[in-house]
Amino acid sequence: MANKTYDTPKLDELESGPWPSFVTGLKRLAADKPMIAGVLGQLEQSYTDRKGYWKGGTVGVYGYGGGIIPRFTELKDADGEPQFPEAQEFHTMRFIPPAGMHYSTQTLRDICDMWEKHGSGLIALHGQTGDIMLQGTTADQVQECFDEFNEYGFDLGGAGPAVRTGMSCVGAARCEHSCCNEQKIHRMLINNFLDDMHRPSLPYKFKFKVSGCANDCMNAIERSDFAVIGTWRDAIEVDQSEVQAFVARKGRQYTIDNVITRCPSGALSLTDDDQLEIDNSSCVRCMHCINVMTKALSPGQERGVAILVGGKRTLRIGDLFGSVVVPFLPLRNHEDYERLLEIAQEVVDFFAENALEHERVGEMIERIGLPNFLEAVGLEVDPNMIREPRSISYVRMDDWDEQAEKWHQRQQESAAS
Amino acid sequence: MAEAQTQPRRPIESGTPDPFPHMHPTLRRNFGLWKYHDRPRPGVLHHVSHTGEEVWTVRAGTQRQMDLATIRSLCDIADEYADGYIRFTIRSNAEISVADESKVEPLIKALQQAGFPVGGTGPSVTMISHTQGWLHCDIPATDASGVVKALMDELHEEFINERMPNRVHITTSCCQINCGGQGDIAINIQHTKPPKIQHDQVANICERPSVVARCPVAAIRPAVVNGKPSLEVDESKCVACGACFPPCPPMQINDPEHSKLAIWVGGNHSNARGVPSFHKMVVAGLPNNPPRWPEVAEQVKKILYTYRDNARDYERVGEWIERIGWVRFFEMTGLPFTKHHIENWHGSRAKLNTSAHLRF
Repeated sequence: MANKTYDTPKLDELESGPWPSFVTGLKRLAADKPMIAGVLGQLEQSYTDRKGYWKGGTVGVYGYGGGIIPRFTELKDADGEPQFPEAQEFHTMRFIPPAGMHYSTQTLRDICDMWEKHGSGLIALHGQTGDIMLQGTTADQVQECFDEFNEYGFDLGGAGPAVRTGMSCVGAARCEHSCCNEQKIHRMLINNFLDDMHRPSLPYKFKFKVSGCANDCMNAIERSDFAVIGTWRDAIEVDQSEVQAFVARKGRQYTIDNVITRCPSGALSLTDDDQLEIDNSSCVRCMHCINVMTKALSPGQERGVAILVGGKRTLRIGDLFGSVVVPFLPLRNHEDYERLLEIAQEVVDFFAENALEHERVGEMIERIGLPNFLEAVGLEVDPNMIREPRSISYVRMDDWDEQAEKWHQRQQESAAS
Repeated sequence: MAEAQTQPRRPIESGTPDPFPHMHPTLRRNFGLWKYHDRPRPGVLHHVSHTGEEVWTVRAGTQRQMDLATIRSLCDIADEYADGYIRFTIRSNAEISVADESKVEPLIKALQQAGFPVGGTGPSVTMISHTQGWLHCDIPATDASGVVKALMDELHEEFINERMPNRVHITTSCCQINCGGQGDIAINIQHTKPPKIQHDQVANICERPSVVARCPVAAIRPAVVNGKPSLEVDESKCVACGACFPPCPPMQINDPEHSKLAIWVGGNHSNARGVPSFHKMVVAGLPNNPPRWPEVAEQVKKILYTYRDNARDYERVGEWIERIGWVRFFEMTGLPFTKHHIENWHGSRAKLNTSAHLRF
């Protein structure tokens, strides 16, 4: 017997045009999957009424408190019967992809086969926090589906007030700008906090994201509570013959307009014989000149990461960027990685104990002030943490001498090491 | 049932999988050894390693919400041309890498024939990052995949070509929680009316103190309505943000007529040149008009092409506006400037002009 399908005149209009159409995909699935036929019916209703018709609920697997996004239809007739009974339930399972979102096709095919068996066949690659979103299954399939994926090597991601699935850029796998081992950092951080991911018990969500350089392809500073950004501390590497080749190819005017004067801190200058001079102590490591002159310029050799804490969007006090709490952490050896993990642990622990309900870490810092936060998580102050010093005079400073002494001591220690 | 449940299986908490078994062998061998890259044509990145090895990556747009046949067709192509490896970007583009330059053109053709546009690199309009919308979210005021499909049809030529001053990231979000992220151009729906409360359901469904706590402007307070515990909203204070709706669905915020689309510009997550920036609202009140949202597409294209025709090389949308100034931006785009463009939230005075720097 052929599956029941519903007319979708509005959605049909999204099948024309040059971009691949998700509607065509849904229709293909609907031939075998009654759930998707029902979803198409409900989605068409949404397009007609301009209203969403899903509500949440509670669906989970044994041992975990999160990772599944339950959806039940709200479209019921006068007798309380679902208008599209095939799509009464339409739950999403969030699975964590390999760091950097690399896949062997064998793995993708296996995911498809498993999802064909247990779910609707609809997959989003990827959700905004990086998860593989297996969209559309019923509560009675969830445990069996999870078990099969889990035995295969995939784990559920985060949902609710929990550590969320992390993201890292393509990084060292295929990018010459990479200043760190993004995948290693990503896996180390996330896999350390699996308990806080699988059993949601934080005040609110907590996201880690890793970008290998200041281009921040993972949008970590704006979209994560704990952003790890690759950077370097020594001089930009310059191949002057490639600089000359660039100028010869593109012209002096172009080089001046698009490289030299675009340096945000005025650290670049082009000599009369087309050599690039860089005042590295003024360089803010923004990446622009390196992005443009990919052959001539590279990040320096003394590489590591900066950590920015507190990025988030809108709810509740408005948009916040992450702000610098560690300007530079070298990652040369096991101890350095341990230190990164220790900082993350301190931040998550302090957040867990001190944030108000539904408060992100950035909002907590705004409430208590950065100096208190730094002291609580055991980080030293640094002028790289601010745009400019205090302009408001309302502050207690009776421990000024003690604080100044701390600074001098740290300066002496770093000069000695 | 009871017997089957006596020994439930414990999960293997494996977390994030190791990417190395999933990486193309050329990427694996040259991990951390890449020297430079260039772009031989739109949609193709060419990376050269210090070892002398090279790799060409072809980037293709997808619909993000993919059916099995679509994913399997990508796998077929990756198997035939790229030894069975593929990766995805943060904006749901597929990337297939080959170590042999002669495979690039056939790979591009295979992707195009299978319906995947090739592009999205360099100064182009890449795939729109988006949310779940009516397809799966529980609080959306509009759709996501449909809006994106409609817009990417309109912007297809800008995806397959690199003819913008710099890259353009577009995002969409189906509520103000803004899961879609920051964009050079962001299209987000905006509620414009306070929630409508179904008072008889509040006590059964909502934890009232946590709903009160969520309100950013303290407009919600406990009340007794028709003898039952409920909540009330001071409508003069309400900013229609919708934050009360997720913990309390009887406070319905979505409204087919009064939920309107707004366009924001100048969001940029990169630190290249300037520091990262949030997008700013420039136009609001656009109708939520499925299935093709033509009014939104028209405004987006107006802003996009004004940017393309006037910005200098490497200027992102926000940098272009910073140079020409907002006076000129509103003049060039013909968009109205209203009192709603003036921030009145936390820290808003920092956004006012406190100088005699004026533009006419």
